[in-house]
Amino acid sequence: MIPELGHFALILAAMLAVAQSVLPLVGAQRGDSRLMGSAAPLAIAGFLAVAVAFASLIWSYATNDTTVANVVANSHSAKPMIYKISGTWGNHEGSMVLWVLVLAACAAAVAGFGRGLPSALQARAIAVLGTISLGFLAFILLTSNPFERVWPPPRDGNGLNPLLQDFGLAVHPPLLYAGYVGFAVTFAFAVAALIEGRVDAAWGRWVRPWALAAWSFLTLGIAIGSWWAYYELGWGGYWFWDPVENASLLPWLAGTALVHSAIVVEKREALKIWTVLLALLAFALSLLGTFLVRSGILNSVHSFASDPSRGVFILVLLAIYIAGAFLLFAWRAPAMAPTGIFAPVSREGSLVLNNLLLCSICAVVLVGTLYPLFLDLLTGQMISVGPPFFNSAVAPLALPLIAGMAIGPMMPWKRASLWPVLQRLWWAACLALLAFVLSLAVAGWHVLPAFGFACAFWLIGGAAADIADRAGLGRTRLANVLHRARGLPRSAWGAAVAHAGVGVTLLGISGMGLATDHLAALPPGGSTQFAGYEWRLDGVRDATGPNFTARRATVTLLRDGRPVRVMEPSRRFFPQGRTTTTEAAIHTNLLRDLYAVLGEEHEGQAVLRLHNNPLAPWIWLGAFVMALGGALSLSDRRVRIAAPAAKRREAEVTA
Amino acid sequence: MTRKKRRLYILLLCAIGLGSATALTLTAFQDNLVFFRSPSDIAREAPPPGRAFRLGGLVEAGSVERGGATIRFRVTDGASTIPVTFTGVLPDLFREGQGVVAQGVMRPDGSFAAREVLARHDETYMPPEVADALKRSGHWNPAQGAPPPAASWNTLTPERRSGS
Repeated sequence: MIPELGHFALILAAMLAVAQSVLPLVGAQRGDSRLMGSAAPLAIAGFLAVAVAFASLIWSYATNDTTVANVVANSHSAKPMIYKISGTWGNHEGSMVLWVLVLAACAAAVAGFGRGLPSALQARAIAVLGTISLGFLAFILLTSNPFERVWPPPRDGNGLNPLLQDFGLAVHPPLLYAGYVGFAVTFAFAVAALIEGRVDAAWGRWVRPWALAAWSFLTLGIAIGSWWAYYELGWGGYWFWDPVENASLLPWLAGTALVHSAIVVEKREALKIWTVLLALLAFALSLLGTFLVRSGILNSVHSFASDPSRGVFILVLLAIYIAGAFLLFAWRAPAMAPTGIFAPVSREGSLVLNNLLLCSICAVVLVGTLYPLFLDLLTGQMISVGPPFFNSAVAPLALPLIAGMAIGPMMPWKRASLWPVLQRLWWAACLALLAFVLSLAVAGWHVLPAFGFACAFWLIGGAAADIADRAGLGRTRLANVLHRARGLPRSAWGAAVAHAGVGVTLLGISGMGLATDHLAALPPGGSTQFAGYEWRLDGVRDATGPNFTARRATVTLLRDGRPVRVMEPSRRFFPQGRTTTTEAAIHTNLLRDLYAVLGEEHEGQAVLRLHNNPLAPWIWLGAFVMALGGALSLSDRRVRIAAPAAKRREAEVTA
Repeated sequence: MTRKKRRLYILLLCAIGLGSATALTLTAFQDNLVFFRSPSDIAREAPPPGRAFRLGGLVEAGSVERGGATIRFRVTDGASTIPVTFTGVLPDLFREGQGVVAQGVMRPDGSFAAREVLARHDETYMPPEVADALKRSGHWNPAQGAPPPAASWNTLTPERRSGS
């Protein structure tokens, strides 16, 4: 009964999506306010319908309803409740429903929060979101129905891939999808603006909060995914330049460029066409990411629950949306007159440079990710493009980007000169130089990590210098400075915090550049020296969990013969699906991670792989700081009172 | 500054950006592309020494030998077999008779020194390169179901297989 309710709700959502993609558009074209007014209720009703479908699916998983094919394929009664629920989106069908749910929620949010928007723009944007929704609902209903029944019902399900039985699955996909799909909103605004043929500062002001929110979610989603891979896969790495990872990085890069170029539209009404293009591009790359991940067309370490036959459907959807949007762009963009003149050396100029570099990086990553696919299609030759390619191609482009990140925010609009800005940054440069020298002195002759540390301090110092400069440090009394710092717009704080967050992440990445590892085969009681500790294997014993059995090693870390800490890496065996997973033991003191992995046992000896990862947690900490910066910017007064209608209402109240 | 001049600047900047991105991509490609080779490819044509590549196939049943942290096994695609050594912790899904992809270099003695053995999240997953190598050597037709056990790979010949 409940699964049928869910299936019905999905069909209802698809019907509503048809209405949502047609009626408001017609209304906006004819200037019919009644038809345009239908957009918001339709979007909200569509959201409710998808929510009911998603809730029914969760219900089927939570009660382990084995008459539902999807539950049978991906769940098991012995799983803890949290994994039953998070397992709902740990498979192809469920994750697509989540995708559509987030999309519908975005449309509902545009309907709910967008009351201050011009009604035609809002109606068109909601209609575009409806069209996207429709495509993906059709995809789910036609090729990946999660509510399909099986008869007779098997006794129990096949279980979920053990690697996915983790807290990471509960939070990583929803956050990542919120980011991916959030760019659907900026895409919808861009298409609406193209249909209208008008982009102005107000448009930039409406688009920027959505871009910022999507960007913040995507940042968090990527960071949590990276952290999850770090502790779950047991390789001691955090980023593998894997196609699936790149698929999430591409929209992030385009989104980062969009967040910055939208500032220029908002403040100076320049770069309008470019910003529209970026908005289209960010969502195009999100769709591409969805396609790459869901189709499994690229060879990835993270691929699970992929199905090439269904990938074609997404490819067709991708082609329709992207080609449609770009055709519209080619048709309408020339009609938009460029405005807002600025000198090359200015805030606008530095943001153009930022966009240029981010897009270059994006292009390099895209080529590196798709090249094996094209080569295979064209010549049948199989290759892989690994981390060395990405590192050596991206780093030279990232360097000027980082250098400019500290300089750009301190430049005035329209016309600037470099020298006064550099004068205000001299101490950040000194800090960077100091970090470089210190790193070489402490950690030995590792130039690249030392360079990374220098860049990180340059960024953090630059962010601090920016705030200090705006608050007037050194030009007025300290009390005055504090007062002014408090009075600075939140968006200024947000920018500084986000830039400093990049610095923090860079500290972590540089620290990981100094990581070391050690491999040892030890008998019980044996020990090995690594990272300043003596690691003693006390023994390996059996353990049991709710749905697995495990071999668990007890490793004692000794310093000067005294035990300091006990670590327990283990290997888990899951009877359902007959798979083994390694559970790394990680001990962190925030300055470094000690990371131990238990390998196979043979003739009384157990293989241990030990890692010493300096500053590893800072990678993800930095991402949280970046997202915090995004949130700060979002809370800016300017964003909240952005709508002219709201302003008018305020004016009426005061009058 | 005139509009024309500004446009020129921006175009110039774009050209520099795109140009450097292309140049970087091409140079990085030259040094860092990793080719995929099956055991038959290696038997036919020895890969250039010292250049890393990916070896893919099935782990031959009964070929895994462990000594301390070093593991020896053989990778086969049915037609040819390559001995592999690896020092480290094997991925969770490494098993005899299963598909495997290893990255490393050839040793002068004709064995493959794996620096990395790649894992997959999914136990039913066959790396596409491996599937392709098996299909090319005539040992597996995916339409006929799952690949037969690796122990039988060396005893089968492509002719007999296709004839059956």
